[in-house]
Amino acid sequence: MDFSLSPRAAEFRSEVRAFLDANLTEEVVATMHRTGTFNDKDFNAALAEAGLLAGAVPGYGDRDPIELYILFNELEKAGAPYDGLAVTMLVAGVINAVGTDFHRKQVLDRLLTGRFNCCLGYSEPDHGSDVAAIATRAVRDGDQWVIDGQKMWTTMAHESDWAILLTRTDPDVPKHKGLTMFLVPMDSPGIEVQPVPTMATERTNATFYDGVRIGDEWRLGDVNGGWSVMGVALAFERGVMGGTNPAVPLLRHVRNWAADAPSPDGGQMIDDPLLRERIARTAIANQVGQLLTLRAAWIAATGGLPGLEGSMAKLYATDRYQQAVGWFQQMAGAEGLLGFDTAGAAADGWIDYDARHSPVTTIYGGTTEINRNNVAERHLGLPRAR
Amino acid sequence: MDLALTADQETIRGVFADFFTAEAGPDRARAAEPLGVDGPAWNRLLETGAPGMGLPESAGGGGASLTDLAVVAEELGAAIAPVPFIEHAVAARLLFATGACPDAVVGGTEIATLALRPAQGGISRLVPAGAVAQHVAGLDGDRLVLASGDAPGVALDNHGCLPLADRPLGDAMILLEGTEAHAAHARALDEWRTLTAGALVGIGRTALDLGVDYAKERQQFGKPIGSFQAVQHLLADLPGLIEGARLLAAKAAWAGDGGPGINGINDLDNNDVTDFATLAGMALVFAGEAAATATDRSLHVHGGYGFAEEYDIQLFYRRARAWALTLGDPSRECRRIADLLLEPSEHAA
Repeated sequence: MDFSLSPRAAEFRSEVRAFLDANLTEEVVATMHRTGTFNDKDFNAALAEAGLLAGAVPGYGDRDPIELYILFNELEKAGAPYDGLAVTMLVAGVINAVGTDFHRKQVLDRLLTGRFNCCLGYSEPDHGSDVAAIATRAVRDGDQWVIDGQKMWTTMAHESDWAILLTRTDPDVPKHKGLTMFLVPMDSPGIEVQPVPTMATERTNATFYDGVRIGDEWRLGDVNGGWSVMGVALAFERGVMGGTNPAVPLLRHVRNWAADAPSPDGGQMIDDPLLRERIARTAIANQVGQLLTLRAAWIAATGGLPGLEGSMAKLYATDRYQQAVGWFQQMAGAEGLLGFDTAGAAADGWIDYDARHSPVTTIYGGTTEINRNNVAERHLGLPRAR
Repeated sequence: MDLALTADQETIRGVFADFFTAEAGPDRARAAEPLGVDGPAWNRLLETGAPGMGLPESAGGGGASLTDLAVVAEELGAAIAPVPFIEHAVAARLLFATGACPDAVVGGTEIATLALRPAQGGISRLVPAGAVAQHVAGLDGDRLVLASGDAPGVALDNHGCLPLADRPLGDAMILLEGTEAHAAHARALDEWRTLTAGALVGIGRTALDLGVDYAKERQQFGKPIGSFQAVQHLLADLPGLIEGARLLAAKAAWAGDGGPGINGINDLDNNDVTDFATLAGMALVFAGEAAATATDRSLHVHGGYGFAEEYDIQLFYRRARAWALTLGDPSRECRRIADLLLEPSEHAA
């Protein structure tokens, strides 16, 4: 076994770190939390200009999955606005895997400039974990399709130029077999985006599709082949594109806070034995989250298809993140309740932020329960429960 | 980056998995209680050269790395083999490093062990394999000493039926003194942490297999209980924990082997840790937790039978706790890890 990065991967990591030092300003971070849009087109374009963005597309170009992991892991650890980037690059990867030349020219090439974004249109108000049951209809009309329905949790829809939209094209066959995926230009007439504020800083959206007409050239994959396109997208999403080291920036904020924060018992909080124990336990969890994610990346880099390995990494890391947030919010006491820009806030408000943000991490991108079902059925071979 | 075992390590894994399963599996562990050591199984293990495998070939050993030994440790844990392989391997390497590994220890006809705790009043308490070892290496004040003599042959009655015994270290041969003594003992202790973590990974692995097999077979309400989501979800968390523990133990062993690219850093802010001492502590804490969770849940899935002496899961449950706690409270171990990751604190540990 060898846990060291190859010279090429180590150099790539240095480039990414140098980029973040130069481009991830306090203003970029403050803006993302003030606006709720964890996407910064200037920052993304700068990544593209630095030659780093092609490495962000799973399966594309000459970057391997370990380098893909490095890029998103460094963005996550640094607290950079990468949510929009991750989704956009995931779609770029799907287009690269199953798209047409038209899709590549019209969409993929533009996504690689960093100035364009995509969002994911899977969930609906009544269909979340059971996503194959979605009701948004696409009906063929000559060379066009007419789309009617509503999507939920379309984060970054207000920044996006396209959505990948899961639609029902045949209601008379079993639910997985009547789905078709489209790339829908967001400036098409009939699309409405409504913001959905959340209890954390980030904003998401509901999107409405009323008689939206698009040409058949925007279809991604086969008619009624949408479920297999979903499979490609989910394999990327549950792999290595961030989300498995959220407690790294948390721990950095906590450690910096504790160095100066007075303890009610005298001295500084950093000398509190229980806090030190919990810092160590969180550091252990961060190492494990990293190793499980690296395993998924390494499997992909050596020709395998990680899916369950990504599920395991997400299951583990998000659970421990929530545990750590709970510990540190308790230990920060009342000051841990104070938010950004509030005088006296523990860790400048980061503890409050993480406590607001962390609940969604076991929900989005596949809930903990769906991931457990997958591990139980497909890894442990237990009989299907549903 | 390469997360696969080498071909040689795969061979080692296969050979020891077969040996432990056939010669020193859970039935032998059960029969070896309360001492916790199966003498005939150890004698058969000698024939494979295993006791000295962690020593250089020039010293009559097998030239195995810490990573190789961790592979063996996992298979030992998976079978809960009642043989003091880990303690012996660690002590033999320590004795070799200090220039005094007796031939009988290289060959394994005499068993050696490491006293984890410094002696107090000349006695080291709860020495692992202390019930059967003829040689005990440990710290007595600022001296690293080797106490040789007859093994007591009786273990202190304990939760995991481990061969624990109190051993005197007074009037023993002095191996090293001062900072060298502490450094050599600390290194051996980190090797023990790493290999014990490996064994705990094996415990977790088999506990999960036992739970899954039982859940597929046991029928209630006309269905296998493994088809119920509440049961599935108890088990579904475990593969990630066990794999995470395996990777962390392997990373600790890799750091301990000191290959190229290891710079021994503890960069908390970047989640970059390659320091052997830190990783060894992390691996023991985490593997202990993973094994405790795996055995806890697997035992629960067995229902009342899990509590019955007749079923193997209780053997794994008790050893998961005993192996993990022999060194002491994991919270204290975490504070020690914090001292390595942060500036040491006057209040810590």
